[in-house]
This record gives sequence, structure tokens and C-alpha cells, in this order.
Amino acid sequence: MRSDKNTSAPLGLKIAAGAGLAFLHLPILLIFLYAFTTEEKSYQFPPPGYTLQWFAVTWNRPDVWAAMGLSVRVAAISTAIALVLGTLCAAAVSRTKFFGRETISLLVILPIALPGIITGIALRSAFSFAEIPFSFWTIVLGHATFCVVVVYNNAVARFRRVSGSLIEASMDLGADSFQTFRYIILPNIGTALLAGGMLAFALSFDEVIVTTFTAGQQSTLPIWMLEELVRPRQRPVTNVVAMVVVLLTFLPILGAYYLTRDGDQVAGAGK
Amino acid sequence: MSAVVDTSILARREGASGRLSDFFWRNPKILLLLMLTPPLLWLGVIYLGSLFALLLQSFFSIDDFSGLINYEFTLATYRQLLIPSNFDIILRTVVMAALVTLASAIIAFPIAYYAARYAKGKWKVIFYLGVMLPLWSSYLVKVYAWKLILAKEGIITWALAKLNLLWLLEAWLSLPVVGGSSLSISYTGTFIVFIYVWMPFMILPIQAALERVQGNLIEASADLGGNPAQTFRYVLFPLALPGIIAGSIFTFSLTLGDYIIPQIIGSSRLFIGQAVYAQQGTAGNIPLAAAFTVVPIVIMGLYLWMAKRQGAFDAL
Repeated sequence: MRSDKNTSAPLGLKIAAGAGLAFLHLPILLIFLYAFTTEEKSYQFPPPGYTLQWFAVTWNRPDVWAAMGLSVRVAAISTAIALVLGTLCAAAVSRTKFFGRETISLLVILPIALPGIITGIALRSAFSFAEIPFSFWTIVLGHATFCVVVVYNNAVARFRRVSGSLIEASMDLGADSFQTFRYIILPNIGTALLAGGMLAFALSFDEVIVTTFTAGQQSTLPIWMLEELVRPRQRPVTNVVAMVVVLLTFLPILGAYYLTRDGDQVAGAGK
Repeated sequence: MSAVVDTSILARREGASGRLSDFFWRNPKILLLLMLTPPLLWLGVIYLGSLFALLLQSFFSIDDFSGLINYEFTLATYRQLLIPSNFDIILRTVVMAALVTLASAIIAFPIAYYAARYAKGKWKVIFYLGVMLPLWSSYLVKVYAWKLILAKEGIITWALAKLNLLWLLEAWLSLPVVGGSSLSISYTGTFIVFIYVWMPFMILPIQAALERVQGNLIEASADLGGNPAQTFRYVLFPLALPGIIAGSIFTFSLTLGDYIIPQIIGSSRLFIGQAVYAQQGTAGNIPLAAAFTVVPIVIMGLYLWMAKRQGAFDAL
């Protein structure tokens, strides 16, 4: 018998891996169940009854909509900034070798490698030192800082696979740098940028630790949730919001997966 | 420069964009500089600048009477970290981070190993998304889910009551240190939630390390008479170690800095993150808060230095 045909896993490993995956997913599924419970004073399990009324209640809550709107606007602008900065950085690092190249990679990763509380308090004390009042833009500034790394990682991975000979061929055929960028580079890195942008959006949409330090009086959706977690007032509304947030963050993740899945088949990758 | 123009086979380009394009082609260093300036201004000046300003503040002290910051260089604030109540916070956080890292590695390994070696086709995708979705789904929602699970009236109590095992839970909660009046206000609860929230960060690097282990190495070990335990001990584990260390960088660092999980699920005793938050907020003692943030930075610096020597960065 050829040994490489023997691909079935030992039973113990199957059980351990399956149990591990279940451990990762059951708590999230439980959120979905609780969104329909009729119990509003406690976290009773199993729910005494099921209802759809909390969806209507949540729909009519202006504070939830305001928090959601702020989160979407912050995430959109932070993502746009991160896309520009991350792509520039990735292009510079992957196309050329220069002194301090490794340092730049480290610098980009640092905001996400250090605990969020350090980034948060550093920015907060810088704002107070420079006498910048908290606003929409202070939140964006914090978010864009750690979103750059996501775009950068996706873009760098794709730049590495885009063959340099394609760019040279385009130049040899008379295209200028801008035409080459528009017709050769952009189509090749486009999906990676879209995926990076989606992940950056999800990251910003969900961020709470840095935001608590840079937000002042405004509340993004995660800040709203945090307040509900610390002092529960409207448990059923929180349940519904939690479920909606799970569904909303799944979409960009699935989207990013499908966009980068075929990343190996970039034109010219066979070179 | 003019010599290059004269010998080039293509004519100079016309128009502003063409001339600009030619200029960049001949001066790639200027293009590089232009590309790097915006990200470096943002990250290097705004981000690193605030970080250094924060570190600088840890060398100032606070006047006990006026509550104002005394801008004179001193190590007094660092000395305050060593008083028993503050040192306990540091010790508690480091022990928790170490335990969380160890437990995450044990639970993550089978998932990563199965995904790397046995999962094919459809199952590979299921395992990949099965790790990515919890990794990216909302941090607060995950914490909230555990608040539902660990609550006194929640699913764990219900399940144990159905199994007639409630006495087991009560016995555990009556233990010193790990117990409490309910799971959601005990160290046990904090520990479980930390493992849950950081687990995907451990799975991915271990899986990346194991993907590179050739299947025939395992078979060779078996052919040479190694039983599964020996194969794991002498072949698989050493090869997976860089991945485990890479994952532990995340679980360790994230646990050291978190202040939300122990605040929502845990006893009222503080962790480093909560101490930082309390010092900068209600207490208004920025120097002490800054000194507290130096602790995770130093610990992570040492940790990264050791990890680098073990070759963990290749597995990231």
C-alpha cells in the first residue's frame, strides 16, 4: 500500500479538532438564539419564549442608528486613508530595495502588534498635549493608523506575485508610468486592495479599545455595545444589535476570502 | 543625465504627464521618496511621536497635593510600580497571559494539525473560514456571548443541571483563587473568555508552520518504529514550535493589554490594562499610566527578542 494514500486522521484528532471548531462557533450561534428571546431581565437559558418584537424595537431606536451611522462613516474614511497609505507603502517596499526597508515593515505592523490600549493612550495624551479637541476626525486618525497594516499585508502579498516583466513589457511597448499603473498594475492588484479594504472596514467597524480613548462624547456602535455590557439597560436590544453586527462583519470577511482565493492566478505569475 | 536622453531609443514624451512619467523613470529614488512620504509622515510622525511622548511622560511624576504633573525627570513613578498593590496587578496579568497562552496552544494544535495535514478540498475551506470568521467577528459580541453563557441563569448552569452535575460547578466555584460567586465573576470566567477570543491568533501560525512539514517525515518516523507519542515529541512538536511561539506572541501581547474582558467578566481585581485605564481616566495620573504601559512593552520586547532567536518570525 502506498503510504501517501493513507489520509484519514486518527479518531482522537478528529474529535479534538471538531470540538475546537465547535468551541469557536457555538457562542456566536447562541447570540442568534438570544435575539429572539422574550426574557428581558436576565440571560435565562433556555429562553422562555420566542418573539420578533425586539427587531421592531431596535429599528425604532435613534441612538442605535446614530451609533451605526457614525461607525460606518468612520470606517469608510479610515479605510480610504488606509488604502492610500497602505498601497503606497506596499508598492515602495516590494518594488525596490532600500536602506531601512525592514524598519518600515515593522513600523506598519507596530500599531497592531502593541496592545491597543497603548496606541489609544498614546494618541489621547498627544491630543491633549497638542490641545486638539476630540471629534469625528480624532476617531478616524486612530482607526486609520491600525487599518494601514491590513491593506499593506494584502497589497504586499499581491505585489510579490505580480511579475516585474509585465511592467517592463508595458514600458517597452511605449506606455508611460501612469498608463502602466492604470492598465497593468491596478487590474492585477485590484482584488487584493478590495479585500484589504474590506478587512480594514471590518476592523475599524469593530474597534473599541483605541476608540474609547479617542472618541470624547461620541459613540460608535462598539462603544454603544460596551456601555450596554458594563451597565445592561436594554438587554433585548443589545441581543439584536449583537446579532446584526455578527451578520454585518461576516459579509466583508466572506467577500475578502472570495476575492483573494484565486490570488495565485495573477497574470504572469508563472514566470 | 543628458547623455541618457540622447542615447535612448524612444523619443521624449509630450505633455505634462509624459514628462513627469519620464522624470520618475530616470529618478526612481524621487518616486520612492514621494511614495514613502505620506505613510511615513502618518506612522512615523503622528504614531511614533505620540508613543514617544507617552514614554517620556512616564519619567515625570505627579504632585500628590495639587494633582498636577511635575515636569522633572524622575524614576519615582517607576518605583510606584513596585509597591505591593501595583506589583500584584503586574504579576496577576503576566500569570494570566502565560496560562492563556499555554491553554490556547493545547486547544489550537489539533485544529491546526487537522487543517494542515488532513483537510482537503471542501474541508480545507471549511476549516479556513471556520477560523477566519471567529477571528474577524466582533470582539465585543464575542465577549457578550460569554456573558450570556457564563451567567448564573445561563446555558452552562442549565446543561450541568440537566446532567445532575451542578455539584461539580459549585465545588469549583468554592475553590479559593479560581472560584467566585458565579462563573462570570471569577478568574475561571476571565480565563475562558481570553482563550476563546485569542484562539484564532494561535491556530493560524501553527497551521502555517505545520503546512510546511512534509507528510513523509511523519511516516518515516513511524517506519523507524516511533509510536505516535514519540513522533509528536521528536518530530512534529519541534517543527511546529516556531508557529506556536509566533501564535503565543499574539495571545500573550493581547492578554497583557486587554482591559475590557476582565472588566466585564471577572472578579473586581485589576489587570494591567484596567490599571492604565483607571490611572489615566478617573485618577488623572498620566505618568503612572504611562509607566504601566511600559511594562507590557518591555515584556513583549524581551519576548520578541527570544522569539526571533527561535525563528518564529518565519512562521508569521
